[in-house]
Amino acid sequence: MHHRQRPRRDPVERLSRAAGDGGRGRRSASDTVEVTANQTTEHRDIQVAALTADPAQYTSAVVANSSIVPLLNDGLIRPLDDLIAEHAPDLPALNRITIDGEVMAVAFMANAQHLYVRTDILEQVGAEVPTTYEEVLEVLAAVREAGIMDHPWAMNTASGWNLGEEFVNMILGMGGTLFEPGSAEPAINSPEGVAALEMLAALNEYANPDFLTFDSNATQALWESGELAMAYMWGSRGGGILDDEGAAEGVVENTMLVAAPTVGGGDRPASTLWWDGFTIAANISDEDAEATFVALMNGLRPEIITANNDAAVWLLAGYTPGAPAAGVSATAEAGATPYPMLPYAGLMHTALGNELAQFLQGEESAEQALADVEAAYIAAARQQGFLE
Amino acid sequence: MPHRTFFWFILPSLTAMFLFIALPIVSVVIQSLHVEHEQVLEVVETCGPFGCNEETRVDSEATRALREAEPLGRFNGLGTYVSRAHLATDELAAAWAESDSLAEFGSQVMNLPFYKALAFTLAYTFIVTPLVLVLGLAIALGVNGLPQRLRGVTIFFSLLPMIVTPLIGSLVLFWMIDADGIIGATLQLLFDDPELSLKASPTLTWLTLFVYGVWHSAPFAFIVFYAGLQTVPEETLEAAMIDGASRWERVRYVVIPHLMPLVVFITLIQLMDNFRVFEPIVGFQAQASATSLSYIIYSDLRGDTQQFGSAAATSVLTILGVAILLTPVLIRTWRDFNRKRA
Repeated sequence: MHHRQRPRRDPVERLSRAAGDGGRGRRSASDTVEVTANQTTEHRDIQVAALTADPAQYTSAVVANSSIVPLLNDGLIRPLDDLIAEHAPDLPALNRITIDGEVMAVAFMANAQHLYVRTDILEQVGAEVPTTYEEVLEVLAAVREAGIMDHPWAMNTASGWNLGEEFVNMILGMGGTLFEPGSAEPAINSPEGVAALEMLAALNEYANPDFLTFDSNATQALWESGELAMAYMWGSRGGGILDDEGAAEGVVENTMLVAAPTVGGGDRPASTLWWDGFTIAANISDEDAEATFVALMNGLRPEIITANNDAAVWLLAGYTPGAPAAGVSATAEAGATPYPMLPYAGLMHTALGNELAQFLQGEESAEQALADVEAAYIAAARQQGFLE
Repeated sequence: MPHRTFFWFILPSLTAMFLFIALPIVSVVIQSLHVEHEQVLEVVETCGPFGCNEETRVDSEATRALREAEPLGRFNGLGTYVSRAHLATDELAAAWAESDSLAEFGSQVMNLPFYKALAFTLAYTFIVTPLVLVLGLAIALGVNGLPQRLRGVTIFFSLLPMIVTPLIGSLVLFWMIDADGIIGATLQLLFDDPELSLKASPTLTWLTLFVYGVWHSAPFAFIVFYAGLQTVPEETLEAAMIDGASRWERVRYVVIPHLMPLVVFITLIQLMDNFRVFEPIVGFQAQASATSLSYIIYSDLRGDTQQFGSAAATSVLTILGVAILLTPVLIRTWRDFNRKRA
């Protein structure tokens, strides 16, 4: 899981159960592979060590755009072309994460952050569903002015990974970039970067003052308690929000999932697209790799996807997009870009997460915050050998 | 004890200390002097569910060859220590040259991650430690004055904050101080300010963490002092009473001098513990306003890329910090020890 607070446990648990075909128990997929799964929110921090061992601790790691990178960097996962040719020749190109001509992962679900709106509150202030962040600000002002809510807005702005992600979404939406093209040199201290930070600050004027502690669990709880008019949250939260559990009266039926807004006159939604997929460890025998591949593909067969239709935005046959998928689909169709799969993107993300809070607390200027991020990133990138 | 016997007696402990304390420290020091190899990058076509792109990646075979030739990485000397992520010597010099006033210099220094973390760590250590001593002693004196029947129950409840795992304790409090939580909502009511949030401002976050630290550690000081109080000689206390000493004077001139070795002991333990403050920062999600040395080590070791060299350098600096903090207390103990022997 690339995102600590996002509950990916559901779909992945279903996948591993289906792969084992026997609930949580063990079942051998071959003489040497036993299907057991470790679904931990800390997987990003253990996967490199686990797959570096020879033989690897796990035969497969479930990854996303960002978390596949350290495995690729160290050559810890194997190409899947031979296994696909033998066992899944019809696998669509869409699911094949192909790097330099070799398939390195099989993507099975998609995710993105996008807008959630309360249609009843929008009606009260006579507003349309906004499609730009500038319109979002107008609607929020109207909601506050009408005395409906003081803090009608929330997004995942907890200091750390979440805050870094919101900045990445916003600067890409502004048409900016994270790095100089084709290089590991940072490029965020730009007019687009400043505009992105200022938009984040403007939006969070309408958020509860605790917003620097908001992760996905906190924003989902706020939404379900009916305290928000609009929010920017992960698509994967849609299923949990739209189910009948835990929400205050009137929230579920008035919740609509729509595309992420554009910003600053840009034409792409200010959001990044994410895929989740499985990889197979390099440090295992060919037989184990084959057994693992067969078991996981077995867990992704159409009848399983159909039976778990609303658990995720699946990228596989058997899936019928429903209301929880509407926001992710609309965001993808509107042309959002995938999160960059660059070997040094993780270092930039960490630096952003650590250095931006002071600006949002009003303690320093946007330019200073961005200069701090670049300095922190450069120090880390030198350590890791990406920059001289 | 003859030296020979003494040697065999402590050999197992010495071996364990060498294996589990000395060797890891040596390894951390060596790691902190090295950085990763230069990454060999190449641009390849990457395709997925959202289309194809030209993306940079690490040439893992070429990088692996470099790594196998020199498994420790590139020798960087003290480069990591003086980099911006740690002592930031260049940035400090530049800030000194550019700033017109000490306040401006100070705010530029506080903008550097290591000094920001060090400032909170030291503030936490020097505020929480004395408060824990005072509060622990006060509780111990109070409990000691209770009728025998009530003492057991009181001691049990007084110890609870220490029994709760720090991460859990801080998480529980984190929810209680939320604007919708019992403490947060009560405070808003008391101060008649619906915007009041203990999580939002750095000052209030620091205060919350200090209060948490005292709450969590006071029971430790309490139980040690309480044990010490049972050994205060009755005759001396009675003699003081006959001389007309008030309750406060008895505490000041009889009890506290008697408990002095325990004060030193608790101070040592608390200085060490508080200097590596970590769990409450995670539990309270306080990293926007407060980071500590331990927290920045943790932050370096998490995420998609683990920065071992940087984490190792912070670890070595933490060890040095603990050594500097403990030196005055240890010197004092050593002098007392020598005086008693003489």
